[in-house]
Amino acid sequence: MVNLSTEIARIKLKNPLLVASGIIGFGEEYSKLINLNVFGAITTKTVTLKPRAGNPSPRIVETMEGMINSIGLENPGLEIFLKEKLPFLKRKLKIPIVVSIAAENAEEFAEISRRLDKEKGISALELNLSCPNVRSKEPRAKSPPLLSCPPPRLASGDAGAGESKNGGINSEQGVISLISQDAELTYEVVKRVKKVTKLPVIAKLTPNVTDITVIAKTAESAGADALSLVNTFSALAFPHSPLTTSHSPVFGGLSGPAIKPIVLRMIYETYQKVKIPIIGMGGINSPQDAIEFFLVGAKAIALGSALFRDPFLPQKILIGLKQYLKIQKITLSKLTGSMIHE
Amino acid sequence: MLTAKLSIQNKVYHLQSLITDQKEISSGYFRLIFSAPQIAQIAQPGQFVHIYCGEGTYLRRPFSIAKVKKNQVEIIYKVVGKGTELLSRKKKGNTLDVLGPLGNGFTQSLNHPITQSPILIAGGTGVASLLFLAQKLITLYTSHLTPLTVFLGAKTKNDLLCIDNFKKLGCQVKLATEDGSLGYKGLVTDLFRNSLITHNSSLITNIYACGPYAMLKEIAKITQKYKIPYQVSLEAMMACGLGACRGCVVKTSHQSLTTSHQHFVYKTVCKDGPVFEANQIIWE
Repeated sequence: MVNLSTEIARIKLKNPLLVASGIIGFGEEYSKLINLNVFGAITTKTVTLKPRAGNPSPRIVETMEGMINSIGLENPGLEIFLKEKLPFLKRKLKIPIVVSIAAENAEEFAEISRRLDKEKGISALELNLSCPNVRSKEPRAKSPPLLSCPPPRLASGDAGAGESKNGGINSEQGVISLISQDAELTYEVVKRVKKVTKLPVIAKLTPNVTDITVIAKTAESAGADALSLVNTFSALAFPHSPLTTSHSPVFGGLSGPAIKPIVLRMIYETYQKVKIPIIGMGGINSPQDAIEFFLVGAKAIALGSALFRDPFLPQKILIGLKQYLKIQKITLSKLTGSMIHE
Repeated sequence: MLTAKLSIQNKVYHLQSLITDQKEISSGYFRLIFSAPQIAQIAQPGQFVHIYCGEGTYLRRPFSIAKVKKNQVEIIYKVVGKGTELLSRKKKGNTLDVLGPLGNGFTQSLNHPITQSPILIAGGTGVASLLFLAQKLITLYTSHLTPLTVFLGAKTKNDLLCIDNFKKLGCQVKLATEDGSLGYKGLVTDLFRNSLITHNSSLITNIYACGPYAMLKEIAKITQKYKIPYQVSLEAMMACGLGACRGCVVKTSHQSLTTSHQHFVYKTVCKDGPVFEANQIIWE
């Protein structure tokens, strides 16, 4: 019998397959279609302190072998999450729950973390560090009206959302920087969160940097227990949605098989520079893809937008992974980084 | 008041269905029928199926259900891109990767079924969900004396679909084409507006429409003026189709209880819709 159990950031997992943040929301919808307990753990949609309305339509565009999303971190906010969403997940799931959080600055990250630290049933926090750093930047001149939840200026940043059309790029100010594009800020956020919680902390990094290993090492030195590599790639595409009349492009985060080779290279590089485990994600669409992520150094993997197409992909990946381990006569822990060790 | 508020079952199925028929019903338009007993048994007018069209596409494509018959489900679509192009090449005996039934359908109600009548307005392939609705309305209200009026609009005669299907159901069908190749020359919204001049608008209990955004928006202006209840079925590019990813939102009005300010909330076309009360929508 092939053993798929593993451990990431002190969380015991029955298998190494997670679902990435933003894919299944808070589980209510997908639990009608699939058994979420097939996963080793789930990561929630990113929660912010205050509710966020998100970005206007169009929010998604299909691209060659992938999709761009610009959800804009739509979420009900921390209070509703604790009151309505978390209880549902706790009732429904027998697997660890990783809560993804985002904030504009280290102080707010710490505030959310302090609150979540008191809750039972949370296994880890994933810091969505792909949100715009507003500390060192002036608010954008043309920020979109967010009538039902006014002030926050963060743009986006879930499993899908990297940098949104309204937040990622601004023609007047150039590219707005994200927390994990700045080593100093990354350090500050991780450090502050670690100080206020005993929960394992996973840092999710943006790939939109010159050298991701620099940020990865910084997160590690600040005390991060694991890394999620990577968030979506800043991109733009033209939508053909019936809801839009103009042909203006959508700025957002690219996910799907199109990004996989770049992600593999980034994990390969990072694995050789850090000691903390890596949860690999970005374009996993088959058992073969999953195996490749382990080969380059991932200790666990997360499924993203490919789940939209195939709700039974988790089972297929787990079966394929088991078969591979059996045929190769190798354990899961030996598989991680085996391409480099050889 | 007789109201058939249909309870949408919460079940969603992921099936590998057998295609039982596919036919080009007009140049570039196809009718696809597949076997899906689980979906056929519970589907309601306005609901849709989310189909994976094949290699080369990443996301599924949503299609309104046009008809259910025993174990069969029927969709009608136009080839507009890669997904529908791939779908149109599928043949009887091929399998189809289907998720459904999804979304919230039309709410059907008639205040005085003897004298009052709902009106259905379809633009282009918007006929699909309304054909299903027409069947349902007719079977629900067999005692109904006034015939169901259906307005069909399209660019040309070739784009007008399912005329005979509606006629067979006993509907009074009114046609409009932009080039005048069949029926009224002009927009179906104009044909509908003109009909209100001669028609007593107070006798219209409900308007159901599906079609291009501009058409639905124009009808919203008319129905607001005449105060006619109006339901629309919206289209959107979708990712999950279940309401989880929040990718296909539409702005809807929302009255705050605490501040009395007019706010908006984003609702998902896939889960909260695709059918909405038109007065909820913030038309843009």
